[in-house]
Amino acid sequence: MEMVNITIDDRKLQVPKNYTVLEAARYANIAIPTLCFLKDINEIGACRMCVVEVQGARSLQAACVFPVSEGLVISTKSPAVREARKVTLELILSNHDRKCLTCVRSRSCELQKLAEDLNIKDIRFEGEASKHPIDNFSPSIVRDPNKCVLCRRCVSMCKNVQGVGVIDTNERGFNTIVSSAFNKSLNSVPCTMCGQCIAVCPVGALKEKDDTDKVWEALSNKDLHVVVQTAPAVRVALGEEFGMPIGSRVTSNMIASLRRLGFKKVFDTDTAADLTIMEEGTELIDRLKNGGKLPLITSCSPGWIKFCEHNYPEFIDNLSSCKSPHEMFGAVLKSYYAEKEGIDPAKVFVVSIMPCTAKKYEAKRPELSSTGYPDVDVVLTTRELAKMIKEAAIDFTELPERHFDDPMGEATGAGVIFGATGGVMEAALRTVVEILEGKSFDKIEYNAVRGIDGIKEAVVEAGGYKIKAAVAHGLGNARKLLDRIKAGEAQYDFIEIMACPGGCVNGGGQPIQPSYVRSWVDLRSERAKAIYEEERDLPIRKSHENPRIQMLYKEYFGEPGSHKAHELLHTHYEQKEKYPEK
Amino acid sequence: MGDNMCCCGSADVMDQKLQEIIERYKDTNGALIPVLHEAQELYGYLPMEVQMKISEGLGITLSEIYGVVTFYTQFSLKPKGKNRISVCLGTACYVKGANHILDKLKEKLGIEVGDCTEDGKFSLDACRCIGACGLAPVMMINDDVYGRLTPDEIEGIIEKYKNRQD
Repeated sequence: MEMVNITIDDRKLQVPKNYTVLEAARYANIAIPTLCFLKDINEIGACRMCVVEVQGARSLQAACVFPVSEGLVISTKSPAVREARKVTLELILSNHDRKCLTCVRSRSCELQKLAEDLNIKDIRFEGEASKHPIDNFSPSIVRDPNKCVLCRRCVSMCKNVQGVGVIDTNERGFNTIVSSAFNKSLNSVPCTMCGQCIAVCPVGALKEKDDTDKVWEALSNKDLHVVVQTAPAVRVALGEEFGMPIGSRVTSNMIASLRRLGFKKVFDTDTAADLTIMEEGTELIDRLKNGGKLPLITSCSPGWIKFCEHNYPEFIDNLSSCKSPHEMFGAVLKSYYAEKEGIDPAKVFVVSIMPCTAKKYEAKRPELSSTGYPDVDVVLTTRELAKMIKEAAIDFTELPERHFDDPMGEATGAGVIFGATGGVMEAALRTVVEILEGKSFDKIEYNAVRGIDGIKEAVVEAGGYKIKAAVAHGLGNARKLLDRIKAGEAQYDFIEIMACPGGCVNGGGQPIQPSYVRSWVDLRSERAKAIYEEERDLPIRKSHENPRIQMLYKEYFGEPGSHKAHELLHTHYEQKEKYPEK
Repeated sequence: MGDNMCCCGSADVMDQKLQEIIERYKDTNGALIPVLHEAQELYGYLPMEVQMKISEGLGITLSEIYGVVTFYTQFSLKPKGKNRISVCLGTACYVKGANHILDKLKEKLGIEVGDCTEDGKFSLDACRCIGACGLAPVMMINDDVYGRLTPDEIEGIIEKYKNRQD
């Protein structure tokens, strides 16, 4: 790579020619404050926090977008630079509500950290401040424009990465606001509720709808039998909320905490993921054998489902009719489990801990109530669970070893890898191939569908079929893939789509890492690594070999795709208008 | 079509004209702004239904279009009146008391800047310099320029337009 010689703060160094000043400074271990910058997602030099002095330039330059060149001399700490950054920050703070004590992002807020780092002692500008209503109509996402710093990270994530584009920068000057068209609520626009906007918000302007009160209330209600289930991606990220390194596996601590919070039973959603594989695998084989609609597209990701219903109604018949795993589990808990334990299903209160904000919306879909009660009563994000653990003053790092509860306790490795992109595909292939071939295989890893490439492909031969598979993660990639199919440029039999880039490990409900971490560390890969480690340690790695699942079919459902299975484990979808309110 | 819309024809005809505009620009870069301009000429303003049709036609999200429409003062989300009043708030006019002219108009018409009267006869806007600083303060009604205005003259001028037949 071609290198150039530059000087930063009197230090001479050689850096690659394609670096920005920000990257060069980072390379030299010199920190430059940033606010709007998010690598590869938002590089627009808008906030002016990263200004530096460039010798020979007329004015200060934004380090995040200024390219290095031969002989460049930069000062990152001159009086002019420090003064400019402080004034800029004071001006941003002068139009910010500054209610830090009660803000969900207190101590994880990038603006708060900047104020501390830059030693802001006083805000000299007490002019007019914007006052906007808070949008809390969405079941998943709350938007508070009064905390917004107009960095546009959420806009870029929604528009450029996810290809959803339901928020943008509107009006101009002092009236500028990040909002939906015609100031509509996120609940009345084609928002997929994926929550990726929350994950990139530097402040508390975007957050999940807090449902912890509902759970506290249920836990203190003696009439209710309150049980909880946790998604695979939660156990490899929850530790981050307690200062542990990214990719820490905290399954046991998580289970022990949930016990201490007072849940009667702590179940593993992974078991329901195994159940999903049985149903979805059967569905695929049926469609392959009987000329059904192909490609079959997975339906575990509620953000993806809503995206499809709004934007690609022509693919609705391709969607697997399987409910997502936690919804299946909810239905099983309020039917099979309630019967077995002799509990009135009306008294079973199911809480799902999910890495996802769209699951909050999903749980409210009226069709997901097969037993006459909602399959799942409340969905909490990984972040909300951390809040409950902190509120209960549980020392998360010092807890006894605990395991998931039966009768749906033990899951397979196939269920665990659901948490990473390609996982559902891999889990399904493990089962489908063995059913079609009628024998067991030792080699069960499908590396072609792992990893963070936006669209992955594999061809698997089994039972005389050549199954063409594709995996897309991030809705922008889903859009590319579907457009290719629509244009007749690609053809597949089976597709996995996850709304969030990297799959559930990087879901919109996961712990938030600030831009100065996530710009340089790939959260998707680090957390996925932990998922694959978790699965390698499990004795059973194929869903159809899970004895709990075999028992469930024997005792209750009969066989995959049975009438009863359809009643409880399957659902339907419908085209949704993008803007229903005119 | 309501009375307060620029009536170039029935709704169907206008929709067809809009489709023609979209078709004409569809494959060019930077199509959005010219399409918005022509659509506004056609309808008189850019209501949600029109923006949605443009969104569909050009494959640009509604939120992006709305962002552009609200950024430029040229574009309007509200219908304009048969008579469009535009008060200059440029420096010279402002110094000469254009704000009093504007206040008087607001009072007489009972509307705020950017709005249109209920009968659809008048809409009121503020604009920047129209290049007639020697006549400050200045306002325009349609293509007519009124200079060296005093608030007392406003009522009489409005009356002239109120009963005008077109």
